Amino acid sequence: MANMLEVKHLGISFGGLRAVNEFELNIKKGALYGLIGPNGAGKTTVFNLLTGVYKPDSGSIMLDGDDITGKSTIEINKAGVARTFQNIRLFKQLSVLDNVKAGFHNSHKYSMFAGIFHTPSYRRVEAEMDEKAMEILKVFDLDKDASYLAANLPYGEQRKLEIARAMATEPKLLLLDEPAAGMNPNETQALMDMIQFVREHFGMTVLLIEHDMRLVSGICEELTVLNFGRVLAQGRTADVLNDPQVITAYLGE
Amino acid sequence: MSFISYLVNGISLGSVYAIIALGYTMVYGIAKMLNFAHGDVIMVGGYAAFTMMMSMNTSPLVAVLVSIVVCTVLGVLIETIAYRPLLEAASSLAVLITAIGVSYFLQNIVLLTFGSSTKSFQSVVTLPNLKLAGGSLVITSTAIVTILACIVIMIALTLFINKTKPGQAMLAVSEDKGAAQLMGINVNGTIALTFAIGSGLAAIAGVLLCSAYPALTPYTGSMPGIKAFTAAVFGGIGSIPGAMVGGILMGVIEIFAKAYISTQLSDAIVFLILIIVLLVKPTGLFGKNIQEKV
Amino acid sequence: MTVMIEKMKKKTRTNNLINYAIVIAAFAVIQVMKSTGNLSSLLNGLLIPVCSYIILAVSLNLVVGISGELSLGHAGFMSVGAFASAFFSKSMLDAIPFVPLRFGLAIVIGAAAAGVIGVLIGIPVLRLRGDYLAIVTLAFGEIIKNVITIFYIGIDGNGIHVSMKDKMSLHLEEGGNVILNGPQGISGTPKNATFLVGVLLVLITLFIVQNLINSRDGRAIMSIRDNRIAAESIGLNVTKYKLMAFTVSAALAGVAGALYAHNLSSLVASKFDFNLSILALVFVVLGGIGSIRGSIIAAVVLTALPEMLRFLSDYRMLIYAIVLIVMMLLNWSPKALELRERYLGRFFKKTAKEGK
Repeated sequence: MANMLEVKHLGISFGGLRAVNEFELNIKKGALYGLIGPNGAGKTTVFNLLTGVYKPDSGSIMLDGDDITGKSTIEINKAGVARTFQNIRLFKQLSVLDNVKAGFHNSHKYSMFAGIFHTPSYRRVEAEMDEKAMEILKVFDLDKDASYLAANLPYGEQRKLEIARAMATEPKLLLLDEPAAGMNPNETQALMDMIQFVREHFGMTVLLIEHDMRLVSGICEELTVLNFGRVLAQGRTADVLNDPQVITAYLGE
Repeated sequence: MSFISYLVNGISLGSVYAIIALGYTMVYGIAKMLNFAHGDVIMVGGYAAFTMMMSMNTSPLVAVLVSIVVCTVLGVLIETIAYRPLLEAASSLAVLITAIGVSYFLQNIVLLTFGSSTKSFQSVVTLPNLKLAGGSLVITSTAIVTILACIVIMIALTLFINKTKPGQAMLAVSEDKGAAQLMGINVNGTIALTFAIGSGLAAIAGVLLCSAYPALTPYTGSMPGIKAFTAAVFGGIGSIPGAMVGGILMGVIEIFAKAYISTQLSDAIVFLILIIVLLVKPTGLFGKNIQEKV
Repeated sequence: MTVMIEKMKKKTRTNNLINYAIVIAAFAVIQVMKSTGNLSSLLNGLLIPVCSYIILAVSLNLVVGISGELSLGHAGFMSVGAFASAFFSKSMLDAIPFVPLRFGLAIVIGAAAAGVIGVLIGIPVLRLRGDYLAIVTLAFGEIIKNVITIFYIGIDGNGIHVSMKDKMSLHLEEGGNVILNGPQGISGTPKNATFLVGVLLVLITLFIVQNLINSRDGRAIMSIRDNRIAAESIGLNVTKYKLMAFTVSAALAGVAGALYAHNLSSLVASKFDFNLSILALVFVVLGGIGSIRGSIIAAVVLTALPEMLRFLSDYRMLIYAIVLIVMMLLNWSPKALELRERYLGRFFKKTAKEGK
């Protein structure tokens, strides 16, 4: 099968520090892929490079055959990449429903004039957005909270809402930055099931950063381990986790 | 010759702006607020000195000292009563609007006490003017004293901040209030001290401003206040050398614009240059560019 | 599920309708007072300015509350609207004798001129953030004020004459008409503004702003306000929507200016200074950032307050300042809010939430 994401020789420096170097990654279409590594290994920096928050100094990023290297965050999102953030970034003063509807912005359009005068096209498109947004919220069990302000959701629900919002942009590739951070084992398990479900039903490719190796081993078919900005190991989950180098990186000498 | 005279006047006016801008910048650095009443503290300083010299017949030096004391106390009072309760408010605009209320308050209380008529201020500098090039170039003693005062203040302030404990505490609080508190620094006290110093400087600026431009009214402080605030932004708000350089540039540009282009347009030119600088360097000349962590 | 969405929509709709209702009710009350002779001439004189302040406050709230950027130069846009519309009305005095048409066009021209200036300023400036943006808007407000002051424009049989020196250098021929007279501004603008027109313009402003907020564009604008980086990550064009909010706001401020100008026989640029920009900001913040109703009420109360305090004679502005400070402390200080919640709990809790 063809690859959804192909990353070659990716690198970036901040000041004198080489934060990411010679990073390579191939993710098959429809895969659930894990990116792991110790604190400060550069995982989030890789996400920031993939989504255009940082521009890489070197290397190339191909998404489903299109070159997206050096493009802006907005263009990359339009090309089909959506993400969540390690430190949750919701639209706090908007309702849960509106957070998801904001994700439909580029796929569901009407003019500013239509918006001000509430023309039939406004009504039709808004109703469509409502329906689709509720569908996504339902997946994450958030539909009952649709009218709450995002800021008032409990922490775990906020993480789920971020995923829901990212999904609303109908991405080919979904990047999740520590989606289970701060959740208890039960919540984590439930979330992993949701991610599985999303991948199957919406046909998305998922790349997720996780800290906890056990958790990743449960759902990811393949892994890349990052250490000091470099790829330490890459391949099938079971092989990677048994790699002595990886064990050393995590547990120390 | 006139060029040099304009330049000196510009630097002198700029020095006043710089001293005012220091107050803005220090307060901004530490409390992250724009203290719009700062300009009016200058005006109060002017009235305090005026009253001492005219009604009490004190020497200019005593008048200046009294003015500094009055403004320092005033600054601390304003901070404690009006600003401190709002520093943790949900929006940083709350304290900005309160500062505007304080500004109206000061203007009106002075208006009620002294009336609306323009008071003619006598320069606190009684030295003879400096005549150069056979009298064709006159540099007023007020201008010289203003520039010197500015230099002295700049040096003293830099030493204070870098070499003394309270100065270091200021730096710490401006960097991270929470961490400073954990390190045992008295955060409220440090903020009050910052207001005290800023307001004391405002008194000096007020006296010097009125010495050069002797018309004193309850609104004297507004425009120089706005300009000094712009100067602080120009230099990079929060930065002390920035306030200094920004203030002096502002004064020089203003005087040159008045002299060579148009009196009416001088303010527009000053502001236009500010805009251009900010568009090229969005955080001012000496401002730090802090990127948000994603 | 659709029930829940319907409920949300109904709540928003009711909220908006209440705002229209408040304005219409106020208009009705004033009309009754007028016809029964219970309206003092002082208050009568304030009616139209209050309408234009409401429009100014609501338009500024679009930038400050909805888009989350601080503008300290909004009076500049009002000024552009005022001068453009007054210029049009005065020069078309004979050409378009039908007042509703001329005044209507003047308002549209005022809005368009202010909107264009809004775009021109917004494009370079909206890259800046926070306080730097604020200071640049302040600077533009001052520049607009200054620039209007130096122009002399006159019209005669040969067309339009412009000078930056004085009236004489326009060299108008016999029967020529000086329209913009430097620092003296424009005098002799037809006083076409009425309270009814003012109220209608307030309603139109509310309609535009409230519906914009509840549309796809409004959602984008507020998303960017709440989290710029997340907004970019879902493909929202930050510059475009910041500019949209800024421009619509500027155009509405222009409407406020047009209304204002047609209520005065002489219009000077110095009226639209920093203090007016600040006054508009006071309306917005005191009324509750982002709350349209709050802006309306604050604009009315704060414009009427100095008049109502007139019995205090010389002390009124001092009292006004104290009232402002105290209201800010009570409305915003976390300690005061905590006390309020403890003692007056339920009543205020509700309003506080809506204010957001």
